[in-house]
Amino acid sequence: MKHKLLDLSRRILILLLVVWTVVSLVTLLIELVPGDPATATLGEDATAAQIEQFREKHNLDRPAFFFSYARDAASGERDFRWHGMNNRYIDYWGMILRGDMGRSFRSDCPITKAIFGRCGGQAATWNDVFSDFLQSRFVSTAQLAIVALIVAVSISIPLGVIAGKNRGTWLDNALSVIALVGISTPGFVLGPLFIYLFALQLGWLAPSGRNNWEDIILPAVTLGAALSALLTRMVRSSVIEEMGEDYVRTARAKGLSERTVVYKHVLKNGLIPVVTILGLQLGVLLAGAIITEKIFNWPGLGLLLIDDGIGKRDYRLVQGCVLVISVTYIFANTLTDIIYRWLDPRIRIQ
Amino acid sequence: MNRLSKFGLVVVGLFVLMAVFAPLIATHDVGETDLLNRYAAPSAAHWLGTDATGRDVFSRVIYGARISLRVGLVVVFVSTFIGTIIGALAGYYGGWIDRIVNGYLFNVFLAFPGLLLAIAMVAFLGAGLNKLILALCIIGWVGYARVIRGQVLKVREYDFVQAARALGASDMRILFVHILPNAIQPLIVQASLGMAGAVLAEATLSFLGLGVPPPAPSWGVMLEEARDLSTLQAAPHALLVPGIAIALSVLAFNFIGDGLREYLDPRQRSR
Repeated sequence: MKHKLLDLSRRILILLLVVWTVVSLVTLLIELVPGDPATATLGEDATAAQIEQFREKHNLDRPAFFFSYARDAASGERDFRWHGMNNRYIDYWGMILRGDMGRSFRSDCPITKAIFGRCGGQAATWNDVFSDFLQSRFVSTAQLAIVALIVAVSISIPLGVIAGKNRGTWLDNALSVIALVGISTPGFVLGPLFIYLFALQLGWLAPSGRNNWEDIILPAVTLGAALSALLTRMVRSSVIEEMGEDYVRTARAKGLSERTVVYKHVLKNGLIPVVTILGLQLGVLLAGAIITEKIFNWPGLGLLLIDDGIGKRDYRLVQGCVLVISVTYIFANTLTDIIYRWLDPRIRIQ
Repeated sequence: MNRLSKFGLVVVGLFVLMAVFAPLIATHDVGETDLLNRYAAPSAAHWLGTDATGRDVFSRVIYGARISLRVGLVVVFVSTFIGTIIGALAGYYGGWIDRIVNGYLFNVFLAFPGLLLAIAMVAFLGAGLNKLILALCIIGWVGYARVIRGQVLKVREYDFVQAARALGASDMRILFVHILPNAIQPLIVQASLGMAGAVLAEATLSFLGLGVPPPAPSWGVMLEEARDLSTLQAAPHALLVPGIAIALSVLAFNFIGDGLREYLDPRQRSR
């Protein structure tokens, strides 16, 4: 029990360190913007007064960090200046801890609302807040990632079992080749091909958007394809390994049908490593969703980041999206990790 | 070498030839538009057809190999160099260096989706080939550093290292002359897989409009230009050709990497 707690606290410490780094990175990266964010947002024609007002409104007129080592405009010499606690880095932390990620440079919408709710309008009741949340960018991305995961699992388990049971046959080889092609074909090749085939040629599904329930099929399959190929290979080698174990011979000797042996006994043990990978892959899906959303115009976090954030140079929005995606990723990974350590003592580190 | 890695070597060899001799192989100028000849199907004049502005798809794919391989080589070379030094120092000295590198840096970089970091960096720095390379190196070195650290931890306990130390060799000499040459084998595998990753990442970022800016014939840019619905309807080959090029090169580098791993670690050969 004691080392379990120690292990858990170590994980949480690492988690906090990582989150601290991410927040620091997204706060400080904005300083890398060539030129000045205010000019970049308002354009070259903005008057000095407009720029001043913008900088004041978005807190850009304060020092960026505890100290600066900037080139002085007049003398051209670098000098070191200490700004103390009165800086934007501390401000941003204060805001985040209050659940506030600032306001969009473009639309003035609070970033928290843009990601977890709806911009424009005030949600009057908790019911409204909840229904806005269900329609939000965040939920949209989560939905896509989860459906992709389900697609990947339901394709890969039967295929992996078939390949593993028929090891070395033409069927196994064919499935291996398909899996390899699946792993190597990136989503941004597969997605447009699906659009060509199922939307343009066959006319079965809409090429983009999120209007009907079936609109999720193409993005989810695109996003899940690489994962299902990877999982098929894992299930296959897992099944092959387990088939050689003694308990399989025992089960067969009991007179169980091959089907029961494979699905009840082999798969139960063979899936342990697969499940471990699965949790970690949820994070990968979250990152991959950025590209899938762009292809299918799926209104999630990734599209928000690419189109509204980067496309319109709305750096506050970019900060918010990067922060939310990474923190979700980090939490998903840590949570899976902790759960498996508790479940399977063999994985625990000493 | 198994059959698949031989296939990988042949494909990579072809891509290298394409990249090196691109001006001789290409049949048209990559930027030359021909609006009367848009969406043309493959023919004798345009071997792989033309795209939405009548540019020759074959010539563009050939030149695209230059961009992909250049990004791949630079990223893998720089990441390997940085990763090897950091990983070797962490593995050899241990102590606080190792605690920072292994305890903090590795955890942070692994806990963070690499692609997202690259997107964020390019978003703030602005798009462009050099910034793309910089971003990929920053996320890339960690993999090499981890491999080398693990290897150095193992090799530094070997007898010949003790012998070198007993003979009075300096730390740097032990590390770079005795340990590293015996530790870099797995790095070759990592570098081959890293090429696949870098080629893919370049295409991804260029596809998102964050890498090489159009009209450069990057495979990612070509895909992005070919995927709008009217082009897709009229000229699916404009999408298919760069798509196959990306998939084939990624597959080939992965095959080589897998083959090398098997070759270096005979225990895996039976699987």
